Amino acid sequence: MSGNGNRRNLLWLQSGGCGGCTLSLLCAEGPDVITVFETAGINVLWHPALSVESGDEVHRIIDAILSGQIALDFLCLEGAVVTGPNGTGRYHMMAGRDAPMQDVIKALAERADHVIAVGSCAAFGGITAAGDNPSGATGLSFDGEAAGGFLGDQFMAPGGLPVVNIPGCPVHPDWVTETLSQMSAGTMLPDDLDAVGRPHAISGKLVHHGCARNEFYEYKASATRLCEVGCMMENLGCKGTQAGGDCNTRTWNGSGSCISGGYPCIACTEPGFEDPGHPFVETPKIAGIPLGLPTDMPKAWFVALASLSKAATPRRLRENASSDRLKVYPDRHKSKRGRP
Amino acid sequence: MSRLVVGPFNRVEGDLEVKLDIEDQTVTRAEVVSPLYRGFEEMLRGKDPRDALVIVPRICGICSVSQSIAAAEALGEAQGLMPTPNGQLVSNIVHACENIADHLTHFYMFFMPDFARSVYADQAWYSDVSERFEAMKGTAVQDVLPRRAEFFHIVGILAGKWPHTLALQPGGVTKTVAKHELHRLMALVKNFRRFLEREVIGFDLQAFSALSSRDELMVLVDQHGPTHSDLFRFVDLSRRLGLNRLGRATDRFLSFGAYRSGTTHLFERGLYRGGEDHQLNSGLITEDLSHAWMNGPDAALHPFDGVTETDPEMTDGYSWCKAPRLEGKPAEVGALSRQVVAGHPLARDLVATGGNVEARVLARFLEMALLVPMLETWLGEIKTPDPFMAHASMPDNAKGAGMVEAARGALGHWLTIENGKIENYQIIAPTTWNFSPRDQAGQPGPLETALVGARVQGGETGPVSVQHIVRSFDPCMVCTVH
Repeated sequence: MSGNGNRRNLLWLQSGGCGGCTLSLLCAEGPDVITVFETAGINVLWHPALSVESGDEVHRIIDAILSGQIALDFLCLEGAVVTGPNGTGRYHMMAGRDAPMQDVIKALAERADHVIAVGSCAAFGGITAAGDNPSGATGLSFDGEAAGGFLGDQFMAPGGLPVVNIPGCPVHPDWVTETLSQMSAGTMLPDDLDAVGRPHAISGKLVHHGCARNEFYEYKASATRLCEVGCMMENLGCKGTQAGGDCNTRTWNGSGSCISGGYPCIACTEPGFEDPGHPFVETPKIAGIPLGLPTDMPKAWFVALASLSKAATPRRLRENASSDRLKVYPDRHKSKRGRP
Repeated sequence: MSRLVVGPFNRVEGDLEVKLDIEDQTVTRAEVVSPLYRGFEEMLRGKDPRDALVIVPRICGICSVSQSIAAAEALGEAQGLMPTPNGQLVSNIVHACENIADHLTHFYMFFMPDFARSVYADQAWYSDVSERFEAMKGTAVQDVLPRRAEFFHIVGILAGKWPHTLALQPGGVTKTVAKHELHRLMALVKNFRRFLEREVIGFDLQAFSALSSRDELMVLVDQHGPTHSDLFRFVDLSRRLGLNRLGRATDRFLSFGAYRSGTTHLFERGLYRGGEDHQLNSGLITEDLSHAWMNGPDAALHPFDGVTETDPEMTDGYSWCKAPRLEGKPAEVGALSRQVVAGHPLARDLVATGGNVEARVLARFLEMALLVPMLETWLGEIKTPDPFMAHASMPDNAKGAGMVEAARGALGHWLTIENGKIENYQIIAPTTWNFSPRDQAGQPGPLETALVGARVQGGETGPVSVQHIVRSFDPCMVCTVH
């Protein structure tokens, strides 16, 4: 049995995470997520926040998938796979099943045509793996940067794709709806994914693109404290020039983004973002030069250009950069028409 | 006697299992199991204190802002730093938006779909209610999701995004709001208010929040009929099913106080028990480990001294959740407790014969009706020329507590900084209180108490009465253990 009519079956599980990717997904607009599932031909077998089924009703759905009675087109996992303590998975026993959730995930992943990691926890371990990783959290096919993760680096789903990683902490709702819609239509191809399994449509752009502080960046006119309007790369740990994501061109919850909210990009779409090796809101430096410059620019050139542009910084940008609001406005370029 | 293990409970923001002993079709004993441990308190140890503001909101995708605000207050206390007046106003607005949206999400997405179950098919109200509230298919979902999403534009403007913002800081907010933005924000609030008044509640918010008794509400429902609004649909079915007699818990209602204004709160802090108001002495909060899979001293400790060390082999353990107690006793938290403690006459009347499922649901409507007009007030009080954030250095050695109210109740963070790093960080979340396991004295947690007496109809493996009681608390299981 495959779906209702021609619809494709989706099962969504949550494990070592906060549920915030689902809550973000419920913010999908134009149209809402339920409508997208409908128009994309996706039949939700079960979703922990959306479905009515509870308890035994859920186990019956899972058992029917495992026995092959129901075809599973998409397995979505939100939250990391919890393997601790010592590989037992005891830190997340699936309720009402007396089985570690990791076993349920593994069994279902073997049955699914496609496996999708929703959010940075499911993809790479994410925040759940932070610090000493108390719960033994790992991503489905990556553990931080390292390929492998829970399902192993050879994992390839029958649908012809590795685990598709929708990154973000949380995900942007459109990243999920657009990825699932493409997969449902069969238009997502192996070449559409980057080296860590993220769709290029998401990670092929940088958070830096469309950042409203770009002019400050160009002249290295920097904010020194949170709430100031200058570029946050030099002092406040902003990773927008290195992090994949269209956060400043697509925008969040209407017109928002981390930068427009006044705080730095912490690269939540990147593997290992949870342990940057420095306080999140502080840029590590050597001899006054920030570490973590743009990944594809020769360092010497960057330093040369930076010192040149810093010397050429207009007063407007210098003064605004360390203010909590614009103080100096751009000079007007006067037209010839109507001049005395 | 028979035993029923029910799980997974969905629509509870995380994973939950409940073990029920049943005699004569009635629950006689319940054990509430929180099956997921992630270890945030361990994770935070040794980090730069400021990193807490990145990590703790990610405890929870639905109370993310509440977690941020608790951390900001704890850090602020350690720093001796208060938010600027503008910063406090914006923080309150963002916090209230999350709590209002959570109430809406709970009612439409989590709580009401259970009344579209076929077990109710012979009820007079069934066809109307199931058409409106059926999970994913009901007409309500497609009405509500776009409204909820647009309402969150307020958070998009003020805090960048939801969930998981870094805008909320000990000294205020990182966003400086411009004059023109206030007008857009006001329009968003008013549009949302119109939606609540037309469809959700069915009449003027201020008139609704002026109700002082359950009887007055019943008169209105009789006058206008159940299909007048979604609230009335609920009141009608609740009256017919007797939800006001279902799910009584400990009747000790606790609130940490919500929405700061100087040194006071819009909804005051306190404990209501035995029909009387009591001051909250936060020094008498402890966490008991006797029935958690946790190691530690036998004596229950105050969270400043709390320890988090897992032990899956603990013989008496049955949950990853610790058992928080106030003055050695369990307490119920949530919108109902908050409004009872704040002294709202309707809330007090709703618990005249004890807490119950209906009262917990109605308190959320009451709170939406109180808070949306407050958003307009707070927006009006912002003075755009003034600063939105104050700054202070982080001390090398300090302590701080952040005690706030998430949508689903009292949330506390207790932080100790030593040598510039986090030495200890203890969190007690709302559902830690409500869904706590037993303690050394054998006292059950509030849900464990509330489930006793629930009726189980023949053949039910996931009794619908149990579903209603569990979800009436608006549990957040990812917060519970964290």
